[in-house]
Amino acid sequence: MKLSLALTSLFVGSAAAWSSLTMKAEGVSSRRNIFKGIGAAVVAGVVNPGNSNAYSVPDLPYPFEALEPHIDTPTMKIHHDKHHATYVANINKATEGQEEKPILDLMENALEAGPVRNSGGGHYNHAFFWEEMAPPAEAAKTKPSAQLEELINKSFGSMDEMKAKFEAQAAPGAVFGSGWVWVCVNKKGDELKLVGTPNQDNPLMKGVTDEIMFPILGLDVWEHAYYLKYQNRRPEYVSNWWNVVNWDKVSENCAYVVENHAGVNVQG
Amino acid sequence: MTGSKLIVDKALRAATHLGSSKLSSELLAKSSTAWLSSAAAGGVAKLPDLPYDYNALEPAISAETMTLHHSKHHNTYVTNLNVAMEKLDAAVTAGDASAIIGLQGALKFNGGGHINHTLFWENLGPTSSTPSGSLAAAIDESFGSFDAMKSELSAKTIAIQGSGWGWLGVNTATGRLEVATCANQDPLKATTGLVPLVGIDVWEHAYYVDYRNVRPDYVQKIFDIINWNVAGERLDAAK
Repeated sequence: MKLSLALTSLFVGSAAAWSSLTMKAEGVSSRRNIFKGIGAAVVAGVVNPGNSNAYSVPDLPYPFEALEPHIDTPTMKIHHDKHHATYVANINKATEGQEEKPILDLMENALEAGPVRNSGGGHYNHAFFWEEMAPPAEAAKTKPSAQLEELINKSFGSMDEMKAKFEAQAAPGAVFGSGWVWVCVNKKGDELKLVGTPNQDNPLMKGVTDEIMFPILGLDVWEHAYYLKYQNRRPEYVSNWWNVVNWDKVSENCAYVVENHAGVNVQG
Repeated sequence: MTGSKLIVDKALRAATHLGSSKLSSELLAKSSTAWLSSAAAGGVAKLPDLPYDYNALEPAISAETMTLHHSKHHNTYVTNLNVAMEKLDAAVTAGDASAIIGLQGALKFNGGGHINHTLFWENLGPTSSTPSGSLAAAIDESFGSFDAMKSELSAKTIAIQGSGWGWLGVNTATGRLEVATCANQDPLKATTGLVPLVGIDVWEHAYYVDYRNVRPDYVQKIFDIINWNVAGERLDAAK
């Protein structure tokens, strides 16, 4: 069935079919990925109908050195090309032969399968992470939308109070050795919540937090995210990281999840 | 070799045998902080000296890693453990159960970090060694062979998600050796009941400078520097 789908899409040429095959969100890099996807789909369809290697590491929206000096170039390179790539390779192995779905769709029930939880979570989290950051000069020009600012003030009192709580949650030993810190919109869509999750868990996964929540901002506090530049000085990494947060993207995420009561889609 | 002297130190043994009936009554009479400290007097935790130079474990582990790992990471656990223990003493004195309970996270994280790293430095060494005597016999009996044990310990340690430790330990009830893993800084004895013989730290800070993301290479190389004599002494002390 997958073989005929691949060939049909090629001939029919509808953008929707191509998108679903390549599992990419619409975006600047999607055209290149669609062509990659067609090639892969044809090859996969002809050679090995059951295994189309659904997921891939999305390109960074900026060069490796773009987040200097706050996040160093070697870290960005290894974090993206090695760590994220390993999660993608492993989630592809774990989902071989299964129906193709956007990685977001695997999150809700991720706790049911170890590999999906670890590698699927790892892929989603990192794909989400790259998009919410920008070079410091650009990030400095961004700011929360009125909607986001209102939610921040309502939920935390002020941006400064939110940042302070975020940094406390990110401090070593606060919750765990490896994990992520998230700002999420709650299910109802009327409040922001701050939460830390261990390893590659995220609040989209049923069972990780009291109720499913939708991240709009997240920070990787695994040691690999900062060790080369900061070593054990995680608090310094966290306070410097605010300089590369793209608040326009965070506001976009916020608007999306409030309206749709669903998680943000990611590339790859 | 100064290593063996530290192993049989009463206070350190106490730290690795939390709850053990072998604790001396002196220690039991002191405050609850004595249970967690690796120093006999005053219940204050101290960063132990390494039994070798920072560069002694090269090429398996670089001097840079050893320096950071010992003087920064382990030192921070010691500092924060002492802070938590002071608060614990105050809470115990006041009979404040809520405060005592509130401190458990910090105690487990920093106390576990201190215990684990103290054991770790001891079970590494620059001279190559192999298990002998009762340890060798126990390994063969419990796993079939040294290679089988190494294979299981490596695989399970590599497979730890995120931060944690791989351990070879002894079940003192059955006498059998077992491989176990613990998350974060959870200490082996308190978490599983097993007495630790060999620990392998797989927090990324233990290997990132030297191996980046390639944890399997680090775990393979660390077997070159495991001090099996110390592991044997620990097995004997556990009986």
